Amino acid sequence: MQKMQPMPAQNQFMTSYMETKGGEMMPVLSYIQAVTKALQEEMERDEKVFVLGEDVGVRGGVFRATDGLYQQFGESRVIDTPLAESAIAGVGIGAAMYGMRPVAEMQFADFILPAVNQIISEAAKMRYRSNNDWTCPITIRAPYGGGVHGALYHSQSIEAIFANQPGLKIVMPSSPYDVKGLLKAAIRDNDPVLFLEHKRAYRSIKEEVPDTDYTLPIGKADVKREGSDITVITYGLCVQWAIKAAENLAAEGIDVHILDLRTIYPLDQEAIKQAASKTGKVLLITEDNKEGSIIGEVAAIISEHCLFDLDAPIKRLAGPDVPSMPYAPPLEKEFMINQDKIEAAMRDLAEF
Amino acid sequence: MSGNRHQSLGLSNEDVIEMYRVMLLARRIDERMWLLNRSGKIPFVVSCQGQEAQQVAASFALNRSEDYAAPYYRDVGVVLSFGMTAKDLMLQAYAKADDPNSGGRQMPGHFGQKKNRMLSGSSPVTTQVPHAVGIGLAAKMENKSIVSFVTLGEGSSNQGDFHEGLNFAAVQKLPVITMVENNQYAISVPLNKQVACKNISDRAIGYGMPGITVDGNDPLAVYEAVKQAADRARNGEGPTLIEAVSYRLTPHSSDDDDRSYRNREEVEEAKEKDGLLSFKTYLQEQQVLTDERLEQMEQEIKEEINQATDYAENAAYASPESIYDFVYGN
Ligand SMILES: Cc1ncc(C[n+]2csc(CCOP(=O)(O)OP(=O)(O)O)c2C)c(N)n1
Ligand SMILES: [Mg+2]
Repeated sequence: MQKMQPMPAQNQFMTSYMETKGGEMMPVLSYIQAVTKALQEEMERDEKVFVLGEDVGVRGGVFRATDGLYQQFGESRVIDTPLAESAIAGVGIGAAMYGMRPVAEMQFADFILPAVNQIISEAAKMRYRSNNDWTCPITIRAPYGGGVHGALYHSQSIEAIFANQPGLKIVMPSSPYDVKGLLKAAIRDNDPVLFLEHKRAYRSIKEEVPDTDYTLPIGKADVKREGSDITVITYGLCVQWAIKAAENLAAEGIDVHILDLRTIYPLDQEAIKQAASKTGKVLLITEDNKEGSIIGEVAAIISEHCLFDLDAPIKRLAGPDVPSMPYAPPLEKEFMINQDKIEAAMRDLAEF
Repeated sequence: MSGNRHQSLGLSNEDVIEMYRVMLLARRIDERMWLLNRSGKIPFVVSCQGQEAQQVAASFALNRSEDYAAPYYRDVGVVLSFGMTAKDLMLQAYAKADDPNSGGRQMPGHFGQKKNRMLSGSSPVTTQVPHAVGIGLAAKMENKSIVSFVTLGEGSSNQGDFHEGLNFAAVQKLPVITMVENNQYAISVPLNKQVACKNISDRAIGYGMPGITVDGNDPLAVYEAVKQAADRARNGEGPTLIEAVSYRLTPHSSDDDDRSYRNREEVEEAKEKDGLLSFKTYLQEQQVLTDERLEQMEQEIKEEINQATDYAENAAYASPESIYDFVYGN
């Protein structure tokens, strides 16, 4: 799999190009532009694909993830819904049962909670409860994550709520390239997929994204950096910080292996075991509150299968166990994971 | 009942006889289920008794080979009308592998059968309402003249999904018919502790759609209301809320004892107004249904249920290993 480093910031709203080795021009997209591109390509490819959510139409979404889609596909395929999340999910589920390919947007992941019943009781169980008679191929997109002055209710990581629901898949990409390939795969998937996009990555992360029609496999983690001293397993925006931290540590002679989970439910257990066993020293990172988070499950998988390969206790770096991320900058900073915290944790583990 | 009401609704004698047959089949299946439950053969029953007339009448007002239904747990009359059989229902009651609803995974009353366009339902009440709206949305997007029909109890109309679903359907002018089967109780809680409005249909005005209350014990009135709503839906005029008022003649389920919250006189009085009885009387008065035909119908139904019961009792359960099947498609 090709790997590309984030590009330095450019004009946020314009696609820029960079030359590849072969001399062709490859577009550089931001994380959110990759979302839009994936939606646009899928809507062009398949008439059954449509978008519904709050402000997704004329406005193109409050983050502009659906920018231009209304103009291109019209109001019947880019639907501004009433402000009612259970209906956004539930109506999408009904349409998916009919055979459509709805992509429902939750304006913020924090506001997915009114739709939890529809997602967990309905979408996740549809195939199973009907003994494979009915299916529910819906994609639910939601921007999550902190570091954007969003305070308690515009910063949360909500994946753990959904991450013990067999029947549901949860994808949390870390880069524009992965966003495009995984979102397209989610839309084509025949089961419900919760697709969580990090808000702070939307405009801060850019990389080359091919114009071609490619998908990436849901359920597969991805090695973002090969290394031999310590293993970092994480997902979402933390992957980007981990990559940068690893570059700094490389200068100190610490070689970091980085596994990006990409799909956080169900987990890619094989990849986790391989990555953990490779170095024997494992750092797990999440932006979510520590207790009950995804990485606790990752730790369980490693301790179940790799105990004798470990050279140090599994280390976890996570948000604190307070209800959510406060607004005031020093408090937000205290909560958030960042490159410095990751670098320090990596160094500690390497020195163990 | 006066005059020939069914013909003025465009229903032939054979149509109304068939409607009555399906109502009676639903009732007799339900009665058999209670016997099987009380004799320890099946763990659970949730009844349609008292609501068959409205269920069958509403279904017959729809296009049963194209329209979609999102039935709730009492809708034996709806699912039989849409193509499920006594055998299917018995397989469900016995939780056998060939149960078309869920292969024995779900409790009885959790209906669903894709080939007959009946959406799979769950236990948390009212979640089916947005699903039915989603079917309506898809029908509109695909330019199909499909009507999406959804039912629920009056207590369940207090859930947020009712509000969210109906509002969505109205804003988008979708071909959705919501029929609230008001049977006066939500387990033990009576109507006046569920809502403060006079009729559940009063809520329709808040969504900007017509709201109609009909006597659920009068199947021809229900037929007429649903037919009009279906015509409106197919004409692109949007959704309708219909409240069919009847009475739950049994306890809430086989696990309930209704003597603790309602008196027998009330139940006996309601039994006299049972829509199944009044429809039979109407058909007899109209000389549409002879005693002979009725007797024959009862015999055939009994035979059908006997066979279905035997079949289901002897049918196989799903294998334990099958518990792992169908979590995901790929
Ligand atoms: C969300 C939810 N809460 C509670 C229940 C338990 N429950 C099942 S049926 C029922 C009463 C429903 O009454 P109503 O909507 O009037 O329908 P009826 O049973 O009378 O037909 C309750 C409380 C449930 N299934 N779902
Ligand atoms: Mg009731």
